[in-house]
Amino acid sequence: MLQNFDMSLVDWSRGQFALTAMYHWLFVPLTLGLSFIVAIMETIYVKTGNEAWKKITKFWMTIFGINFAIGVATGIILEFEFGTNWSKYSWFVGDIFGAPLAIEGILAFFMESTFIAVMFFGWEKVSKKFHLASSWLTAIGSNLSALWILIANAWMQNPKGMHFNPDTARNEMVNFFDVALSPTAINKFLHTVSQAYVLAALVVLAISAWFLLKNRDLLFAKRSIVVGSVFGLIGILLTIYTGDGSAQQVFKTQPMKFASMEALYEGQDHAPLVAFGITGSQDENNPGNYSFPVRIEIPGMLSFLSSHDANTFVPGIKDLINGNKEHNILSFAEKEERGSVAIRTLKEMKEARDADPEKYKELRAKFEDPQWMKDYFAYFGYGYYKGESPAELLPNVALTFYSFHLMVILGFFFLLVLLLALIWGVKDRIAGKKWFLWVLVWMAPLAYVASELGWITAEVGRQPWVIQDLMPNVTAVSNISATTVQITFWLFALTFTILAIAELKIMFKQIKLGPKDGGH
Amino acid sequence: MRDFLIRVFYFYYNGFRSMTVGRKLWMIILVKLFFMFVILKIFFFPDLLKKNFSTDRERSDYVIESLTQIK
Repeated sequence: MLQNFDMSLVDWSRGQFALTAMYHWLFVPLTLGLSFIVAIMETIYVKTGNEAWKKITKFWMTIFGINFAIGVATGIILEFEFGTNWSKYSWFVGDIFGAPLAIEGILAFFMESTFIAVMFFGWEKVSKKFHLASSWLTAIGSNLSALWILIANAWMQNPKGMHFNPDTARNEMVNFFDVALSPTAINKFLHTVSQAYVLAALVVLAISAWFLLKNRDLLFAKRSIVVGSVFGLIGILLTIYTGDGSAQQVFKTQPMKFASMEALYEGQDHAPLVAFGITGSQDENNPGNYSFPVRIEIPGMLSFLSSHDANTFVPGIKDLINGNKEHNILSFAEKEERGSVAIRTLKEMKEARDADPEKYKELRAKFEDPQWMKDYFAYFGYGYYKGESPAELLPNVALTFYSFHLMVILGFFFLLVLLLALIWGVKDRIAGKKWFLWVLVWMAPLAYVASELGWITAEVGRQPWVIQDLMPNVTAVSNISATTVQITFWLFALTFTILAIAELKIMFKQIKLGPKDGGH
Repeated sequence: MRDFLIRVFYFYYNGFRSMTVGRKLWMIILVKLFFMFVILKIFFFPDLLKKNFSTDRERSDYVIESLTQIK
């Protein structure tokens, strides 16, 4: 079956989307977090009337403005790619994406054209309170903008609240709240924005630490560290809490991703969590089965994370490939059979539409039967893999495992660093700890690494699905030439690299200038 | 109303005029938007289904045919 698809086109299209999404994500989290940090600093200024806080606010507002300006509209490229490289996917998702993305567009437009303008142009021209309200509304607006695209992403991981229309091959939204308020969407949004707050806080700490190392603008740097570390601590605790919620959702709706995050081959009760592990070679006859030359485990912890019960059975990759009757898990072969029935039914229904109205009616009725949809259509995507190696239905297990574990290790490291920064910041002892200031400087790049690792875990771990169980990436791509995709891949790589360099150059220049009076 | 609009105009006008680093950023934004919407969108990223088919029925038929091409 897979020989029908141009795998080079699929790989380049995936690579291009990954490249643009990861570059886009370099700009987004700082905007989401720094907007709140700026609003908090301005609130302190308005409450205290202390001009030093105004200077601090204006400095971070300029950094926010640089990041916002360079990053704005980079996400539009992803939408271009939907229409050109992933046109069948765009059609298939139907109006599920339409509503959230339209709301995002409207919110972004109003926010960008009004409140950001007041933030940057409104100093001394509007009242302090109105200016402060604009800063908060900009922060809330930018975070709400992120909400809608994350709802769309969550729907792809756990499609809910829609009905498939077999006449149009489109999914139609039947319940907006099932889409917008699914536990996957809520956890994804909160986990993503809270880690963005951590990233922004760590960037604030890193820049402030640089000032302390240079023995410059000491009051500004110390105050920024205290605000940044409090905000970052709240962010990291929320990230850990929502990460736990996300893990439970992944366990329920994407068990293969869950097993891959832990490289768990054999399912078990009281499953252990790999606290530290190095994978060895993969067993050629058993895809997904990695040896572990080094492995330190916490007994029962994976089961606990899956459902808050240390005795829960966690299916391994083997159980998901071969099935497990005791735990009511269908094998790949069974799902492939059911999926191919759904595909065949759709094909025959379309052929009968004009030729045989009675047959058409009979087949069409199946797509209105909830039981048939649950038994067959729910495995639609598996139908394309009938007769293929199970390896085709596995994500890159090693990459998912390492991305997940490094992200978690960095997350807990950030917790420790933020805690120390707060304690030493409040006690006014931070300026004397040079080694710790250097640690803080390195937190900025590490925060970006952890943030990108989170997306790699989420997106690589769900492969081969573009829409979980319904649409694999091979059927989602458009029939265009792989060469065209390669050209635009390198074009984007160049464009985004120029933008990233421009951002760093302008930002470093502003940082060197330091906090000052005057405009932005 | 007229006064309000004039005030809004001058708010933006003076805001843009008094910018320092912001001017460079606006240049980057404008060049970026031109590159994205004029070069990329027109020459590299047409909406394929919109371009290749004139009705939704044709688009649906094409997608269903693509999705059901199994042996």
